[in-house]
Amino acid sequence: MTPETDTYLPPSDELSAPWWDATREHRLLLQQCTACGHRQHHPRYVCTRCGATDLGWTPSAGNGVVDTFTVVHRAPRAGVETPYLVARVRLDEGPVLLTNLVEVEPRDDAVSIGTRVTLSWRDLPDGRALPVFAPEGDA
Amino acid sequence: MTGIALVGAAECDLGKTGRSVLELQVQAVTRALADAGLTLADVDGLATNAVGRFSTTELADQVGLRPAWVDSSFVGGSAFEAYVARAAQAITAGQASVVVVSFASNQRSAKSRSLGGLLEDHLPAAQFETPYAPLYPLSYYAMAAQAYLHRYGLGREHLAHVAVSARDWALRNPKAFRYGAGPLTVDDVLGSDMVSSPLTVADCCLVTDGGGAVVVTSLERARDLAKPAVRLLGYGECTDHTNMSTLDDVLDVGAARAGRAAFARAGLTPADVDVAQVYDSFTITPLLSLEALGLAEPGQAGVLAALGEFGPGGSRPLNTAGGGLSYCHPGQYGVLLLVEAVRQLRGECGDRQVAGAEVALAHGTGGILSHHATVLLGVDR
Repeated sequence: MTPETDTYLPPSDELSAPWWDATREHRLLLQQCTACGHRQHHPRYVCTRCGATDLGWTPSAGNGVVDTFTVVHRAPRAGVETPYLVARVRLDEGPVLLTNLVEVEPRDDAVSIGTRVTLSWRDLPDGRALPVFAPEGDA
Repeated sequence: MTGIALVGAAECDLGKTGRSVLELQVQAVTRALADAGLTLADVDGLATNAVGRFSTTELADQVGLRPAWVDSSFVGGSAFEAYVARAAQAITAGQASVVVVSFASNQRSAKSRSLGGLLEDHLPAAQFETPYAPLYPLSYYAMAAQAYLHRYGLGREHLAHVAVSARDWALRNPKAFRYGAGPLTVDDVLGSDMVSSPLTVADCCLVTDGGGAVVVTSLERARDLAKPAVRLLGYGECTDHTNMSTLDDVLDVGAARAGRAAFARAGLTPADVDVAQVYDSFTITPLLSLEALGLAEPGQAGVLAALGEFGPGGSRPLNTAGGGLSYCHPGQYGVLLLVEAVRQLRGECGDRQVAGAEVALAHGTGGILSHHATVLLGVDR
């Protein structure tokens, strides 16, 4: 999947604007509850642990593990080149993100559940960027 | 136990029909009523969805009814098991006396299915999932399958056997889309085109037109009708996540909660189930549900599949019409689980009849393991 050919531009809204703004500087934010400290992703209007509605932002170090993954062989839209890796990555801070795995062959035997991954970025044409993940170290 | 019964069950035309949704809906409703020995004039409750934005009013208008009770909860293909539960409550409470639960789709004829699902710009998935191009719902089930195989040390062949058993049943059901297709082998499934690993085309359900209806009424009224009543023994439900990253553990399947509630209400245990109709959108789906429902130990549903226990002659007959994998999958399959469960308990299933079936389970799964609804049915004794 190459950024040059996939023309999908994610929308943003007043809730997610700070999260998207941080991606312009390649910083990954997590939403954090000011009442109970719970961290969550995707951003919501309420803390799913304690029900408080006063939520702030905290940076993620961008390290985690592959929770599960799939190699996709059919594109859901024009401009997406197959095959590519879709994964759930569990950040060390707790929350799970849906993402793509990059800098690794899109094959089932090239990735494992539990593989440690680290944050990378795919720049969008409007200056924002998508957090994606690559295997740690020399993979 | 409840004082409620299912008294009619029927399919509309299936496969590639060239017919409209409303025509298929009317087929389903009128055929199920005829099966029950009732008419439209007896009906005072309707539950359906996917007719239009205002599904129950559209259907009521089409058939010339002014129902006292309707439901069109839109939770995916498991809605119909939930409708039966709600209908039972409405009948028990006196708001309705005869409820028709129906569904129809012409998705194959209309070519209305898309791999990426329907994009809703204002919802979180458009920002936090769609950019990564998962197939919806397929890639979520694929990730659940990957986690399942990894956790229990199983392989793709364990998934494949689910499709093989479904085909074996479909070969005994003249209405099945794959009735004349001949047997499917594990190698056929493993060698099919990969779509979203570990799921191949043959691990995925059909895309067909179709649907059906069931008629729900009081047990008292059911006993005056010509065909034997099928008792509603229990029901349960769980609504879960809708985003792919929400659930902490993809194998924490909400069917466990739905099943526990249904068995408790029925005063039964999983060992009492003689025949199971469990939503098979993908080969992984019934494996996860069977384990969550307690019909298999964790990690064992795949093993049972490989032993052939789910197929004809097996100890745990599953999806005896051929399932969404080989019989019919009109986008929301749940109503057809109920239709087949009723037929099995009435002994109407011919070559695929499970001898002596007295308790049947119908379990629906909606969305991306997002909604789970269990119905337990039994012969009236």
